[in-house]
Amino acid sequence: MEKRVFFKGWWLPAILVAPQLLISFVFFFYPSGQAIWNSLFLPDPFGLKTEFVGLDNFRFLLSDPYYLASFKTTVIFSTAVSVSSMALGLYLAALADRLIKGAGVYQTLLIWPYAIAPAIAGVLWLFMFNGNIGLASYYLKALGYEWNHTLKGDQAMFLVILASSWGRISYNFLFFLAGLQAIPKSIIEAAAIDGASFWKRFGTIVIPLLSPITFFLLVVNIVYAFFDTFGVIHTITSGGPEQSTTILVYKVFSDGFVSQDLGSSAAQSVILLVLVGILTVIQFKYIERKVHY
Amino acid sequence: MVEKKKSGYWLTHLGLILGILFIFFPVWLTFVASTVTQDAIIYPPLPILPGTEFFENYANALFRGSPEGYGAKVPVIKMMMNSAIMAIGITVGKIIISLLSAFAFVYFRFPFRNLCFWLIFITLMLPVEVRIVPTYEVVANLNLLNSYTGLIFPLIASATATFLFRQFFMTIPDEMVEAARMDGCSPMRFFFDILVPISKTNIAALFVILFIFGWNQYLWPLLMTTDPDMRTIVMAIDSMIPTGDDYAHWPTVMATAMLAMVPPVIVVISMQKFFVKGLLESDK
Repeated sequence: MEKRVFFKGWWLPAILVAPQLLISFVFFFYPSGQAIWNSLFLPDPFGLKTEFVGLDNFRFLLSDPYYLASFKTTVIFSTAVSVSSMALGLYLAALADRLIKGAGVYQTLLIWPYAIAPAIAGVLWLFMFNGNIGLASYYLKALGYEWNHTLKGDQAMFLVILASSWGRISYNFLFFLAGLQAIPKSIIEAAAIDGASFWKRFGTIVIPLLSPITFFLLVVNIVYAFFDTFGVIHTITSGGPEQSTTILVYKVFSDGFVSQDLGSSAAQSVILLVLVGILTVIQFKYIERKVHY
Repeated sequence: MVEKKKSGYWLTHLGLILGILFIFFPVWLTFVASTVTQDAIIYPPLPILPGTEFFENYANALFRGSPEGYGAKVPVIKMMMNSAIMAIGITVGKIIISLLSAFAFVYFRFPFRNLCFWLIFITLMLPVEVRIVPTYEVVANLNLLNSYTGLIFPLIASATATFLFRQFFMTIPDEMVEAARMDGCSPMRFFFDILVPISKTNIAALFVILFIFGWNQYLWPLLMTTDPDMRTIVMAIDSMIPTGDDYAHWPTVMATAMLAMVPPVIVVISMQKFFVKGLLESDK
C-alpha cells in the first residue's frame, strides 16, 4: 500500500530517517556484525590476540554437553511458561467474556501485573519460597515436603517457571479477551439455539476461531520466555543449581561476562540470532494473515 | 450471555476472583513484608495483615538504605530518579525518531527508500540480549558506560514504534495532504500541525508500552552501570537479595521491591485505555 500524494525533495526525508538509521547502525548492525565476526575467532587465554578458527566455536558448542543441556532446559522452560500462562490467560478471558457487567473491572484487576519487571517478579516469588523465611516453604515443610530450590534442580525449575508465567498471564488474558470479544455473538447464539452446550460451543466454535490469536501468542510467549525471563532467572537461581535453570540467553551472559569466553559467547549469540530470526519470520507470516481477522 | 443460569453466573465470578487472588497474593505478601519489623519476617510464618512499620521502612528504603545486612545503607531515591530518566528517555527518544522516520517513509519518495525501510525493519528481529556482548563493547568504546546516554540509546534501536506510526499514517486520507499542499503548507508544517496532533492517541498508547519497557530494563543497566550513582531500582534489587548465608534487612528490601513496582503499575492503571490499545496494536 502506497500513498498517491506525497511531498517532493530528497534531502528532507534523508534528514528525517537519519537519526533512526544512525542509531540502528551504531547499536544494532555493528554489534550484530561483531557477534557474527567474533564467533569465527578464538581469543588466546590472555586476550592478547585472536586466532581465526572458522566454525570451530560452533562445532565445539554443538558437542558441548553443557550447551546441549542448556538447549533442553530452554525448550522445557519456554514450553512450560508459554503453555501455563496461555492456559490461565484463556481461562480467565473466557470467564470475563461471559459477563455482561463487570468485565471492565476484572480487566483492570487482571492487567496490571504486566507492568511488573521480570526481575521484581523473581524477587516476589523468591521471597515466598525462601528456605528460611518464605511463607510457601514454611507451609510445605509443615506438610512434610522439604523445599530447597538452591539445591534441588527440579524445584528451582518449577520456581522460575512459576514466577515467569505469573507475570505473563495479564498479557495473554488481554489478547484472548480481545479475541473472544471479536467473535460475533450471533454465531454463539445460533449454536446455543441448536442445543449446543457451553463446552460444546467452546470446543467447536470458540477455539477454532481463536486459533490465529493462539498461534500468535505462542510465538510471542516463546520469545518472551527466551529473553525477557533473564531477570527472573538471575534473581532467583542465577542459572543454578548445577546449571539446571541456565537457559540459552543466560548462558550467553554467563559465558560472555562471567567466564569471559568471548568466542563461545559470540557463537551462542549467533545461534540465538538464527532462532529469533526464524520465530520472527513465522510471526510476520501470521501478521499478514491477521488483517482478515 | 447466552444462558442465564444463576449458578453459572456465580461460578464465573468465583473463577475470576480466584484468578485475581493468585495474581495479587505475592504482591500482597510483599506489601505486608514491607510494613513489619525484621523479626516478624525472620521468624515465620509471616503475618497476613500489614504491620505498623510502614513509614519507617519506606523512609529507610528511600532515604537511608537498609539499616543492616546485605546491601545496607543504599538509599533508592536516586535509583528511582535514574529509572525515571532512563524510562522517559527511551520513551521520548523512540517516539521522536519513529515519528520522523515513519513520516519520511509514508510521505516522501527518496532514493534508497526501500533499502532504508528494510534496514530498519530488520532491527525488529533482535532483542538487545542477543547482541549484548558486542553492544557493551560499542558503548564502552564510546565512553558511554555509566551515563544516561549509554543507558538509553542502545534500547532505542528497534523499529516497533516506526511500524506502528507507519501503519497509522497509511490510514490517514490522502485529501488531508492534498489540501495542505494546496494551501502551500510545507512538509514540516504539515507534520507538526496536522500529523502529530492526529497521532495523539497512538503516541499515548506507545508512551505506556515504552515507559514500562524502559522502567523494567534489567540486564542492560546491570552490565552498563558500575557507578552506584547510576544504578536503576529494578537492577539494584538484585544487589539487595542475599545469596547463601548472607542476611538482609527484609522489610527494606521488600519496600524497595514495592517502590520498583509502583510507578509502572500506576502508569498502566491510570492510562488503561491507551495501554490496552498500545499492547494490542504494537503486538510486542
